[in-house]
Amino acid sequence: MLEQDLQLVEVAFKKYYFDHFDLLLIPERSSEREFGYQKFNGGMNRHISIKSNEELRLMLITNIPSDVYCSNAYYSFPNLPMSEKDWKGADLIFDIDAKDLNLDCRQEHTCIKCISCDEVSALQSTCPSCKSTKIEIKSLTCKNCINGAKEEVVKLKKILEDDLDIKKEKIQVYFSGNEGFHVHVTDSPYQLLGSRERNELVDYIMFRGAMPETFGMKKYKPERSSFADINEKGWRGRASKHIFGSKSNRSKTISEIIKNSDGYSIVQHRLDSLKDIIGVKIDPNVTIDIHRIFRLPGSLNSKSGMSKVLCENIDKFNPFQDSCFIDDEKTNVLANCPTQFTLKNIKFGPYKNEKVTIPKYAAIYLICKGLANTTLIQN
Amino acid sequence: MLNLGTDEMAKYPFLTEAGQYLKDKGFSLDQFGTDPDLKPILDKAYNRIEIATTGKIYRSEVTSLEDLDLEVFSFLLAVILLKLSGMNTLIRRFSLAEARRAEKYLEKDLADLSNKTKEELATRIIKELFSINVEKRENFFVIPISDYLKHAVNFHEREWKLINRQVEHGKVILSSHETVRLIRKELDNYIASKIRSTGTPSMLEALKKPVERLVSLGKKFSVPTVVSTEYPPCIKHAIEVLDKGENLPHSGRFLLATYLLGNGQNIEQIAPLFKNAPDYNEKITMYQLNHLKGSSGSGTEYKCPSCERVKSKDLCFATSDCDGIINPLQFKKKKTLNA
Repeated sequence: MLEQDLQLVEVAFKKYYFDHFDLLLIPERSSEREFGYQKFNGGMNRHISIKSNEELRLMLITNIPSDVYCSNAYYSFPNLPMSEKDWKGADLIFDIDAKDLNLDCRQEHTCIKCISCDEVSALQSTCPSCKSTKIEIKSLTCKNCINGAKEEVVKLKKILEDDLDIKKEKIQVYFSGNEGFHVHVTDSPYQLLGSRERNELVDYIMFRGAMPETFGMKKYKPERSSFADINEKGWRGRASKHIFGSKSNRSKTISEIIKNSDGYSIVQHRLDSLKDIIGVKIDPNVTIDIHRIFRLPGSLNSKSGMSKVLCENIDKFNPFQDSCFIDDEKTNVLANCPTQFTLKNIKFGPYKNEKVTIPKYAAIYLICKGLANTTLIQN
Repeated sequence: MLNLGTDEMAKYPFLTEAGQYLKDKGFSLDQFGTDPDLKPILDKAYNRIEIATTGKIYRSEVTSLEDLDLEVFSFLLAVILLKLSGMNTLIRRFSLAEARRAEKYLEKDLADLSNKTKEELATRIIKELFSINVEKRENFFVIPISDYLKHAVNFHEREWKLINRQVEHGKVILSSHETVRLIRKELDNYIASKIRSTGTPSMLEALKKPVERLVSLGKKFSVPTVVSTEYPPCIKHAIEVLDKGENLPHSGRFLLATYLLGNGQNIEQIAPLFKNAPDYNEKITMYQLNHLKGSSGSGTEYKCPSCERVKSKDLCFATSDCDGIINPLQFKKKKTLNA
């Protein structure tokens, strides 16, 4: 980030941590967790132990980090190197990112910025100006993407509550501050599971590796009575409608499958394609990592200047309103943003390399995305 | 410690404290060497080991209370003979066979609808030894998902994946067979470690002969293996495990076989390596190697798994020599280049 921009963003971030410290939700057993932070244009500082709110406040105000993190794991010695920390368990965490949903709208609000010549243009694989292939992809998430991610959160919560028997009050949903949601599960029977076991949970949630026998289709001599019914618990019930069709068609479909000599592979094929439809689209690497540090609830996301906030009501939650806390002081920037975006119910853009005066929250958003700067204006 | 009746001890003799049991019954080890009336127990003990080495499961013929004692004594004496022989490969074969035997009893006791005590004992063994909370629900057994996963991740077959299990309200529903199958490896390890921690008594004259016979029996299964310095650490480790007569998991065997095949060795050269495995069966080994090579079945030739995959199965023992490679097969090439 350029020096002038950095100053503007750092002042805004510092003001946020000063005015909105109450929004920071320090997780339970904080003294057993590892904290970390990153500074603008700086590297990662990890293996930090924070014992009180005051310590956290001091760390934020003195360092003005671009991003603040906290482990899902509990350790005896969180500030020691990884091999000496003594791992005691970890919350289950799921990451749902709109970019993994590959929705059609994505093309409309994604652009590229050339690393070589800074040219910003519509989504393509090479820079139209200098033909360089070194490009950064910049996405300004839209409402449709957020709604898609919300649907995945609802699917995930249902499995966590119904199948894994996790109590509702132990599941917290947070908007990540950029393009998705983080689902945290604290104090569950799954705290002590290692990576391999968590990987099995991931496969279950994503509907990966399902075999026809599980839904009643045996390789040899399949019996009608063993086929999954729509009213059954778990995936047998949930997937049944998608495999064998609606209640009225079920009997006929099953007869056809049994009669067909390729019945087994037909069901297998159906199961394989179903994982993209009924499986929950979580990032598997996040859930299986038991030593990761995650964005701290209430902290700012340097990719957008928006906060990671708790969503009490996912249905009504509007990230473009509810997680935007930077003030609205008029700010001059040189904006180069080919797509429109909405923050706090105000539409901004598109801007074609033009000088604009916009509220600070929108200016910070664009600077964080790399689609605006203040330096060139002042020069 | 579990309190057991004699019939229960006969089924699960590895739960007894050997020395204490003999003392309680008024015997000393010396008597087994000198008392001709106790000779049948010694024969039975030897027989029990011999059967185990053939991969079969020793069957008890219990008709009276004395028979029950004989069952426990023969197990304890077999352990003593094994310790005196020092043949690790026999110990592993014996513990595996005894685990399979106990598995059968556990399964039967769990499913016994007419006898609540038997079911309770089996449930308690599973809970106290392997930390799995089993609960009976009609004809099925339910165990918490977290307990299930800790054991099921060791299985390679798709059917053990959580997605392929009946899951309800945080529990996995299993048959008695599946419940017991879940702890097979741990049961084997438990018995083996129990034998390993048993002290070796001093040699008695009367035990010399059977011990000598065991040593020569054990030698049949020990195949000297040569580990090339060109092998990566994961392959060396797999060979060492087999060499010690320990049970290499399915994924480890797959890694070893596909690596050696990929390295240009033929099936006849590879097969003897598996001879030391406690559950070795020549026919099955040859079939599986042919299958991996693609000379039988679908004709698919299986490739050596990537380092990442090896790591995920806890089979990676990387050293700095492994830096920069993504498949164990690249190790040799890298070493040659650096030489």
